[in-house]
Amino acid sequence: MTGINTKVNIGGLELKNPVMTASGTFGYGPEFADFMDLSRIGGIIVKGTTLHHREGNPYPRMAETPSGMLNAVGLQNKGVQYFADHIYPEIKDIDSHIIVNVSGSQIDDYVKTAEIINELDQIPAIELNISCPNVKEGGMAFGVTTKGASEVVKAVRKVYNKTMIVKLSPNVTDITEIARAVEASGADSVSLINTLLGMAIDAEKRKPILSTVTGGLSGPAVKPVALRMVWQVAQAVGVPVVGLGGIMNGRDAIEFMLAGASAIELGTANFIDPTVCVRVADEIEDYMKRHGFSDVNDLIGALEL
Amino acid sequence: MLDLTVKSCEMLNAQYVLIKLSHEEKLPEMGAGQFVEVRVDNSPTTFLRRPISINFVDRERNELWLLVQLVGDGTRAMAQWKPGDICNCLLPLGNTFSLPLDKEPSVLLIGGGVGTAPMLYWGALLKAQGYKPTFLLGARSRKDLLQLDDFAQYGPVYTTTEDGSHGEQGFVTQHSILNKETFQMIYTCGPKPMMMAVAQVANRLMIPCEVSLENTMACGVGACLCCVEDTKEGHKCVCTEGPVFNTEDLKWNNL
Repeated sequence: MTGINTKVNIGGLELKNPVMTASGTFGYGPEFADFMDLSRIGGIIVKGTTLHHREGNPYPRMAETPSGMLNAVGLQNKGVQYFADHIYPEIKDIDSHIIVNVSGSQIDDYVKTAEIINELDQIPAIELNISCPNVKEGGMAFGVTTKGASEVVKAVRKVYNKTMIVKLSPNVTDITEIARAVEASGADSVSLINTLLGMAIDAEKRKPILSTVTGGLSGPAVKPVALRMVWQVAQAVGVPVVGLGGIMNGRDAIEFMLAGASAIELGTANFIDPTVCVRVADEIEDYMKRHGFSDVNDLIGALEL
Repeated sequence: MLDLTVKSCEMLNAQYVLIKLSHEEKLPEMGAGQFVEVRVDNSPTTFLRRPISINFVDRERNELWLLVQLVGDGTRAMAQWKPGDICNCLLPLGNTFSLPLDKEPSVLLIGGGVGTAPMLYWGALLKAQGYKPTFLLGARSRKDLLQLDDFAQYGPVYTTTEDGSHGEQGFVTQHSILNKETFQMIYTCGPKPMMMAVAQVANRLMIPCEVSLENTMACGVGACLCCVEDTKEGHKCVCTEGPVFNTEDLKWNNL
């Protein structure tokens, strides 16, 4: 669109617009190609990838909750080598940035996975997932202490030389201290929030709904919490912040940018409206026109107190 | 993604509503076993889309039929729809039942409860292709047996009810037709315990069997991996790798 700049920069990675997809909600991208032009998306963050194949958790893995949902998928994926050999060739030429979400249960897993992704030319960034609440070992355990977060980020930084976004857990007392720790350890950007740990019970059966009892809450139900944390973290760190948590439309996305996010991710919204990424990109431009902004970067942290 | 228009919304009894939807343009090709992800509204308790199986496609009238059991806030909201209302759907989703391998035309379609829904369309398609579908429908009682006249257009209809108010008393797997006639393929949809029992009978009779599964679902397009079923090749998505599975591919304990 002429006269309007929608490009943003996330720790060295330039996005054509601030809209990305949240890991685990968009598959690898082609799942949504029937619904929209994937090249309209700033970045596609693909399903969480681990060193080895993971079957994930038993079902039931999902519970609908008021204005949201709980999931307990547990990082089901075929492992990084399968990704590199079979999935990467299918998606590398999509005209958007493909970003791989990397997870693991030990530091060495993260390192080995990141090394393999580092070799893939058309993957310009990783999102390091130190915040998955649905795996027994690792995952969120790294993301809830400054020590654990620093160790894994430092170790991956040694082997990964492109843009590293670190995805933070909201299940902590003070998210800003984790954010500062990962910044000091070499993160180029932080994304937040991963899901909030939650639970659903079937009163009739007196049983938990999820096979894992607890799971990760997402959707508009978490948006105020996410917005608050993005606001706090944007004050605390110098690296760009990627905001996510319950964003359903352009107005929500603008709110996250005003709070300090340089880009946003759409997650659960993809399940309700598979065209939401394009709609939000359009709605951000509409907002800019209505309010006389010519550069989307002028919205970042523009909250008037 | 299509905005369909409600043509009619008719309660068949206190528990079931039949919704007929249409579109200004020709509806896309749809197979039996496939489903629709219906957006209900924006109320907090009906946040996600509802996966509803395709009950029938009337090509002449350009209508898609959904037979919906009222189980929660979403389905109850659907029952309130009025002609002219707009219904946003992702469709068609999932795989379809597959035709029998042999030329022998006799096949058995077993439905229980709301699981009878996809059997109507499958029966119609089978008959149109020269097969002879027999229907075996199970319910709690007479009032829960739905669309019997519609089924009868495509083949003989046998029923079981738990209270004996229609057909033979008992469960579908106890019906005498299973011992009287031979079928080269069984298709089934219904409550999971029923499908497991049907699969066991089919296994004993050495008849191939396809089941149409349901599961709590979010995206419907294979992205979220919420709706998996245990198969011999690991977890598979009911939404994209199903909902129809051959029972020999499933890891069901009783098989």
